[in-house]
Amino acid sequence: MARKLPPKDVVIIGLGWTGSILGYELAKAGLDVVAIERGPWRDTASDFPPAYAQDELRYAIRLDLFLRPEQQTLTFRNKMNETALPIRSFSGFLPGNGVGGAGVHWNGQTWRFLPTDFNIRSHLEQRYGADALPADMTIQDWPLSYDEIEPYYDRFEKLCGTSGKAGNLKGVKQPGGNPFEGWRSAEYPTPPLKQGLGATLFAEAARKTGHMPFPQPASNLSEAYTNPLGVKLGQCTYCGFCERFGCGNYSKASPQTSVLPALLRFPNFSAQTESEVTKINLDSTGKRATGVSYVDSSGQEWEQPADLVLVCAFSFFNVRLLLLSGIGKPYDAQTGQGVVGRNYAYQTTSSVDLILKDKILNPFIATGAHGMIIDDYNGDNFDHTGLGFFGGGYMGFGQTNARPIETRPVPKGTPKWGAQWKKATAETYQRACSLATHGSSYSYKDCYLDLDPTYKDRLGRPLMRMTFDFHDNELKMSAFLTDRLAEIGKAMDPAEITAHPRQGPYNSTIYQTTHNTGGTVMGTDPSTSVLNRYCQSWDVHNVFVPGGASVFPQNHGYNPTDTVGALAYWTADAILQRYLRNPGPLG
Amino acid sequence: MRRIFAAALLLVSPVASAGSASADSQDFDRIERGRYLAVLADCGACHSKPGGQPFAGGLALRTPFGILVAPNITPDPETGIGNMTDAEFLASLHDGRGRNGRRLYPAMPYPAYTKMSDDDVLAIRAYLATLAPVSNAVVTNRLPFPLNIRLAMVFWNKLNFTPGRYQADARKSAEWNRGAYIVEGPAHCGTCHTPKNFLGGDNNDHALAGGTLQGWFAPDITGDVRKGLGGWSKDELVQYLKTGANKWTLATGPMAEAVTHSTSRMTDRDISDIASYLKDDGAHDASPRPTPVEAGDGVMRAGQAIYRDNCAACHRDAGTGEADLFPLLAGSAQVQSDDPTTLVRVVLQGTRAVSTLARPTAPAMPAFDWRLTDAQVAAVLTYIRNSWGNAAAPVAASAVATQRTSLAKTP
Amino acid sequence: MRTASSSTITRRSLLASSAALLVAGAGGARARCISGGMPWDPGAADPPHLVRPGPWMFFTLDEAGLIEAAVDRLIPSDAHGPGGKQAGCAVFIDRQLAGPYGRAAGLYMKPPFMPGAATQGYQMPDAPAARYRAGLKALADYIAATFSGKSFAELAPDDQDRVLAGLESGSIALKDVKAAEFFALLLQNTQEGFFADPIYGGNREMAGWKLVGFPGARYDYRDWVERHNEVYPLPPVGIMGRSDWTVRE
Repeated sequence: MARKLPPKDVVIIGLGWTGSILGYELAKAGLDVVAIERGPWRDTASDFPPAYAQDELRYAIRLDLFLRPEQQTLTFRNKMNETALPIRSFSGFLPGNGVGGAGVHWNGQTWRFLPTDFNIRSHLEQRYGADALPADMTIQDWPLSYDEIEPYYDRFEKLCGTSGKAGNLKGVKQPGGNPFEGWRSAEYPTPPLKQGLGATLFAEAARKTGHMPFPQPASNLSEAYTNPLGVKLGQCTYCGFCERFGCGNYSKASPQTSVLPALLRFPNFSAQTESEVTKINLDSTGKRATGVSYVDSSGQEWEQPADLVLVCAFSFFNVRLLLLSGIGKPYDAQTGQGVVGRNYAYQTTSSVDLILKDKILNPFIATGAHGMIIDDYNGDNFDHTGLGFFGGGYMGFGQTNARPIETRPVPKGTPKWGAQWKKATAETYQRACSLATHGSSYSYKDCYLDLDPTYKDRLGRPLMRMTFDFHDNELKMSAFLTDRLAEIGKAMDPAEITAHPRQGPYNSTIYQTTHNTGGTVMGTDPSTSVLNRYCQSWDVHNVFVPGGASVFPQNHGYNPTDTVGALAYWTADAILQRYLRNPGPLG
Repeated sequence: MRRIFAAALLLVSPVASAGSASADSQDFDRIERGRYLAVLADCGACHSKPGGQPFAGGLALRTPFGILVAPNITPDPETGIGNMTDAEFLASLHDGRGRNGRRLYPAMPYPAYTKMSDDDVLAIRAYLATLAPVSNAVVTNRLPFPLNIRLAMVFWNKLNFTPGRYQADARKSAEWNRGAYIVEGPAHCGTCHTPKNFLGGDNNDHALAGGTLQGWFAPDITGDVRKGLGGWSKDELVQYLKTGANKWTLATGPMAEAVTHSTSRMTDRDISDIASYLKDDGAHDASPRPTPVEAGDGVMRAGQAIYRDNCAACHRDAGTGEADLFPLLAGSAQVQSDDPTTLVRVVLQGTRAVSTLARPTAPAMPAFDWRLTDAQVAAVLTYIRNSWGNAAAPVAASAVATQRTSLAKTP
Repeated sequence: MRTASSSTITRRSLLASSAALLVAGAGGARARCISGGMPWDPGAADPPHLVRPGPWMFFTLDEAGLIEAAVDRLIPSDAHGPGGKQAGCAVFIDRQLAGPYGRAAGLYMKPPFMPGAATQGYQMPDAPAARYRAGLKALADYIAATFSGKSFAELAPDDQDRVLAGLESGSIALKDVKAAEFFALLLQNTQEGFFADPIYGGNREMAGWKLVGFPGARYDYRDWVERHNEVYPLPPVGIMGRSDWTVRE
């Protein structure tokens, strides 16, 4: 029997990056805000202090900070004609859980999309011909331009204190930065991180082979910094326990280190943890949300009425919630009709492993986002004529750690155990490094999310079903990028080099990234999008999905978080300046 | 909780409480002055219970002698002070005499409030009279026999208490006198920061030279260079009181509460005057600087290894910390205090810094009691107390053990 | 849910600080309402449970004998340092199997169970503890049958290596157990035990970390990032410290 709570102005589903940003902006404006978070409260000193945060087994292998599949999971299949089976244990991608969400255990890699990414379809058709794109590729233009989102990128980066070097300030190219990036209105809030030997060798080789390397933009801060909310972050100590781990010394931007201390000061904000939202409730017209229902950890159901519902969970959980709540027309891959679940995309990564000659790399000295990168082969930065694919990605040296359970390279052909293995492991660890490409993942008709017909969660609701595989476009792209990267790798004069271009089929058991995008696409046309350009539902005007990666029409050759954060601010502005003044469809 | 406060402040008692003839609820200036003085005196720290109604009492205070519970000072006639006369109210703050002449225990800091002028005390009364009356009967005296016999306070007061209003020092500036008035009177800094004799009375020969209370050591705030404020500039002191943080340290423990509810809400002028008064003590060495423990000493070498592996990632190898985030250890007065109670406590249990509007971060020191033995805690504290130019007595493992036990009993 | 079960009183205080209230629901709810400030509890910490030497908690004596011998071949003792047995890999695996990892805590274990494609991940309902019980029995039976009643530990090292290689390649068939899968699990856990923090019972004396030169649970390399091609000088440290933390007069 659900118990009804007193109404709030705003209910926020999920207290990660977007939930925290929206919570702050709306609480600051005086609204009564409650955030409902499925997982536990998390805080630096009690949950990941630098006394036990640095535990590879617990956090990187046993995945202690991540969502337990027992609490919630997905089913997966490569193709529509296969049977999807449950992901019983996460490995290929790692959804977070708890306050801070993925913002706690991300790497801090902070990238803007390119200007041409925002009108990718019309740009590619214009450059390469109206028939250039494969028929089943469903990429589409974003409903906003780079120029429009630029100030919001700047705002999110200032929130985080991102460390980097601008390559384009107001249209003027800057030495030392990314020459391909879109224009910036301001320099990065803090200077670039220091670089180790591996990144330095890569940068030298990249320059030698005619490329333009620059330091990776990092929300692991190069120096202490006070953000516009007055919250202070510390200096990153290059500990090498970044992705999958919470930061122990306040030096990785996260909701905890960047927003929550200021947000929790508002008496009109509260967080309800260990409570899972099960449904967004609608009135009898189906066009207006009345609030949400949620279940606490002892199974008690609650109803939280609210005037505004913000769907701020992790990307595919946003999709699932809309489907379970009956908001928007579900996508039917057979007919191509419908929108909720459409255009699921991922990321196309690959690596080139090197064993150098006589070097002491100290690979355990690392941050989540340090390194030297080139962007020459991203987006449409290079001519794709005759290549047989579209898209691209950044590449370079961004090795985040050398934690020995997972990372102890050996030369090709070394046995996996025994005396030879032991000798090779001892002799290679200090000399080995890994380069990576980080490529786009365009959308296709047969890559989508819907509800599984068979498997249920612990509350008896259908699991989300993911249907996804790489297409030829992405595999060809990966082969191309990997070849280019291997050329640079060769110029580092290695003793051994092994290229690992991405191969199909997509394997959900091998970790690649947790950049799952799409499913609640933002657009200008309700027949191909779930949200309008303000991330407002076309169908239910008081429901917004403020910028989780589920709003991406496709994924480009960069990590999603900077764009996610920027869109959160973009949506906050739309709500404060437009919606609240005149609640209704913003068009 | 703050919203309840705000709501309560707006409520003006519609009925003049029976028996309190003098509170004129139209006397806005006086009531506002009383509200501000209640901030200076931090009445709410004891008389408001978290989660309870403002000033309605009920908060249990752990004194070295036992538990006392702060009474209800809302204008409720039965359970509060609604029926108190002005004379009785003055006697409470000035003489330590409560209702019907009953003696108060000095957990109520009347030895400090005695310095407040009649006008100021009655202004507080006027303000309290405007609050919503709350019916909350509080049993205040939970001390063990024979301490619970209030009459014993007669003798305690004879030994430890001199009533009397603040007397301005004509040789000093108006700012200094204002600062002195606040520090010695309403802000009652000495209640924590002045060492106590064995009866719990102020040891005024060493006023503000540091005191231990409720398992915390409130540091020396005289001009002692090594152990007090001698090394702080006036601006740094002002910033600390106003925002809870400066380049040296961040307020925590009971001082976090004092900053949140009292000092951060003082006027800039009052904070400046407090700082002028405290800094007027100059910069001196009250006691000879001890010889620092040798770096090669076994304890120091272990302490250095422990420091590097546990502490340096925040406080830095050179003990320089990070302003507003990680306290500076090199040159720190708290670190070199004679009494290491706060240091031991913070290492064992961790602590959270205060959050203010100007400095909202509120970083927290993690707990190390699960990771370090008593000997290791003692070693690392001895190390920081004697490195980077610091010099202070080593910390003994037995002292850590004792404190670990007492913390386990009273979390 | 924590990976390491703790027999000590949890330090996480459930009592309210001024900023957090426990909201009671039917049946003693745990949903926590946080408002008004960042909550803090004195002594709040959730470190891993320290594995202490002692009797086996999961393995029978026979199973332990097999495992100890096996880990010592997977990671042999030699000039590069201690082997798997001395490094405590068997103890590590024993404690892991006795805990949440062993019982697949937190995984999705709802039916129907169907064999899947290689891209769909492990679909069987048996948790690691069950897999070890079955795998070790099948292996012990195979060895007894093949080597005239001997146990794995009684074989010569070369024979032990041959058996392990046979399991790895799948050329040895075990009854009702997929040999290659079982071997992969055993190897994975052995290497985890060799390189994980010593608090978990393996990597004794930080043997694994010393093998590769990994400084362990360190957290500050600021002064070393730009010192290219220089050996990092500090010895490794674990969550529970290193010998230098002990006061020596």
